[in-house]
Amino acid sequence: MSAVWLTIILVAVASATIKAAGPLLLGDRQLGPRATAVIALLGPALLTALVLVDTITAGQRLVVDARLAGVAAAGVALLLRAPMLLVLAVAIATTALLRLLAA
Amino acid sequence: MDTDGRPVDRGYAAGARAGLPFAVATVVLGVSFGVLARQLGWGVAAPIICSALVLSGSAQFAAASILGAGGGVGAATLAAVFVNARFLPMGLALAPSLVGGRLRRAAEGQLVIDASWALANRGDGTFERKYLIGATLPQLSAWIGGTALGALSGGLLADPEALGLDVVFPAFFLILLAEELRDRQAAAVAVLGGLIALTLVPFAPPGIPVVAACGAALLGLRRRR
Repeated sequence: MSAVWLTIILVAVASATIKAAGPLLLGDRQLGPRATAVIALLGPALLTALVLVDTITAGQRLVVDARLAGVAAAGVALLLRAPMLLVLAVAIATTALLRLLAA
Repeated sequence: MDTDGRPVDRGYAAGARAGLPFAVATVVLGVSFGVLARQLGWGVAAPIICSALVLSGSAQFAAASILGAGGGVGAATLAAVFVNARFLPMGLALAPSLVGGRLRRAAEGQLVIDASWALANRGDGTFERKYLIGATLPQLSAWIGGTALGALSGGLLADPEALGLDVVFPAFFLILLAEELRDRQAAAVAVLGGLIALTLVPFAPPGIPVVAACGAALLGLRRRR
């Protein structure tokens, strides 16, 4: 079997296991108020980390490039209450334009 | 809560409608994955089957780019595991909102993807189960369909990066984040989570900084003023 197919199978099994773990461990048990208060705040923590890591890092380095301008432009569009697809279009257009100018 | 005191769940159809704009964005991501995998010599079938089995953009990009850079199967799998490790706390958070026995809950837990999890999050630690499942379905179809489009068109779209498509991921997460910043406590957690992640990036393997950022949610243990 090729490395690609082996990787696909292993990653699929690993992802399914990770996603199944929480429900398998907890079953129908309800969490207490302290755990619930922490869980309610996982969203902002996770999403901020994902935004920053996907915007200003490459591998293990911090880098500033056209992505930062694209995400900043998306932030401005969000503040102006633009609909979601427009926000994405602004991000893509800004990033592509900067790369075109830099090329 | 509705008038009967039961938590509100807006249902499958409303979830699917909410997931639709995210599905459009997901098509773009799927196309970029298909093109990338094709360029790395995966052929046409492997990228499509990969998307259908793994259902996770970030993990697939991580694994494909490591294989592409000459890394081995072990390194590629490990990177995908780290990148997807955030689904462990997310699954723990969601579990009490699911229904049925452990196996059914584990099966439904497979349908968790970032956007649906965030959309169905009531903000009080509980989730709208039907709304979440509804929001996931159009995005999964979009992910698999987009990958097929990218893998089949392979050579036509030369360089997804020149087109700025790599910014879709962070912009997508930014849109979800804007919904989550409900109060000052959420904003404080966001700042702390971001700091933790960026501090760890130079030292920890990719994916781990995002998981570690979850620690910022422990601020929830402090009583709200």
